[in-house]
Amino acid sequence: MNVIDVTNLTKSFGSFTAVDHISFNVGEGELFGFLGANGAGKTTAMRMLCGLSAPTSGEARVAGFDVYKETEKIKQHIGYMSQKFSLYGDLKVWENIRLYGGIYGLSGKKLKEKTDELLHVLDLEGERNTLVDSLPLGWKQKLAFSVAIIHDPRIVFLDEPTGGVDPVTRRQFWELIYQAAERGITVFVTTHYMDEAEYCNRVSIMVDGKIEALDSPAALKASFNTDNMNDVFHALARKAKRGE
Amino acid sequence: MNNIDVQHINKSYGGVSALRDISLEIKPGELFGLIGPDGAGKTSLFRILTTLLLADSGSATVCGLDVTRDYKEIRHCVGYMPGRFSLYQDLTVEENLKFFATVFNTTIKENYGLIRDIYVQIEPFKNRRAGKLSGGMKQKLALSCALIHRPEVLFLDEPTTGVDPVSRVEFWNMLDRLKNEGITILVSTPYMDEASRCDRIALMRSGECLSVNTPEGIRSTYTRPLYAVHGSFMYKLLIDLRSYPDTYSCYAFGDSHHLALKDGKNDIVGLEKFIREKGYTDVTLELIRPSIEDCFMAL
Repeated sequence: MNVIDVTNLTKSFGSFTAVDHISFNVGEGELFGFLGANGAGKTTAMRMLCGLSAPTSGEARVAGFDVYKETEKIKQHIGYMSQKFSLYGDLKVWENIRLYGGIYGLSGKKLKEKTDELLHVLDLEGERNTLVDSLPLGWKQKLAFSVAIIHDPRIVFLDEPTGGVDPVTRRQFWELIYQAAERGITVFVTTHYMDEAEYCNRVSIMVDGKIEALDSPAALKASFNTDNMNDVFHALARKAKRGE
Repeated sequence: MNNIDVQHINKSYGGVSALRDISLEIKPGELFGLIGPDGAGKTSLFRILTTLLLADSGSATVCGLDVTRDYKEIRHCVGYMPGRFSLYQDLTVEENLKFFATVFNTTIKENYGLIRDIYVQIEPFKNRRAGKLSGGMKQKLALSCALIHRPEVLFLDEPTTGVDPVSRVEFWNMLDRLKNEGITILVSTPYMDEASRCDRIALMRSGECLSVNTPEGIRSTYTRPLYAVHGSFMYKLLIDLRSYPDTYSCYAFGDSHHLALKDGKNDIVGLEKFIREKGYTDVTLELIRPSIEDCFMAL
């Protein structure tokens, strides 16, 4: 069953078509990489899928809900983590968990259980009362990811989650992503690191508002006759006509 | 003589140490990279060298001038592109460039040759306000403004962060051309794959300089046997490889895992046997040379 179904989805701003008739689907539990050059239309597409921006035309369902009419339902069934992590730095670790848990509709015993479980899994039990601002970047990132999926959403959207972190932390973060995917959470991720594209089940590459390629990393590499995703990306993105 | 000379610089913010005993010597015309993640101290070092921040101890000179005593002179001979976009959002592209030329007592015409390759790409938008430019165009304008007075030394703080791989390659090609003009360049980046574009690099983490060498020199100091391991069920394979007794470390690297064995342990037959006994039938092993990222992770 598909968690995301997109047909001819389009978004125009005046005469500028940011997202131009894209069609694709993402299956349950899939790890889906959404790549493209700066300005290709990734963020605009992602905002439509999260129910934050109404499409100009086309159709899309996310977690079974319509992106035109059921945007509030969509927001309840997805998780979202931005590049900026969107944690509150002047709140303590447990307060951030409580805040996001509350926003996603958890309360009472369930919220307390979730909080304890999350702190245990992240090995942050000793930091329960620490202000988030004083945590190292890598810990913030893991915490941000964990609160984004605290309500066990059908799907989590990750917008360049690993920018600026060190190579070891970046890999530990991907292990968290794998674990979420094994629990059946569908992962939709954008990244500028081509090695991370390799960790995805399937990858799409956007150029000038259109999806120019969509397949498993192995199949993409085979069809472009190369052994790495970097070459695939360069071959496609070089053709881009528009800047950001 | 060195164009940038840093001796035992320390800097703390409150109780947090941002730079610990940093020493670097960068020669005229060198393209030198500071490679490290957020929090490594790269920006603090840039701010000290561009005379915007005082070190707690240690000394530094840029173009032979002391960063504390001669700060006014230094500001004439360096160009600085900060990590955060710092041009005037409500001035147009052309107005920003003119402004920086005037501040430095020069004209766009005088040094146009230096910025031509970069500026022609944004010239069609010269009447657009800087705040309305895309990320890639802002980056090109910021670089043009940092170069307009033909600085001897150019400081670029994470110019490629958040930039897609194609644009990153283009940016490094621009730096190569500036290097050919004789400009000394100090550039920072969190992307390990960009290290190979530098003459020399410093690997930095948590305020410390871990290693300074040519990219090739850093790769040749790696001593452990390193294998690229590929197969299906990659996540399970990663966990299993970590449990192998001779494993020093194992990390995912794109479509393969990089398995480092402990120093002096290179029993490939034993390793193959271990993999077979774990039930894998399609695993390939290849002895490889380490990348800069492997070296960084081993430090």
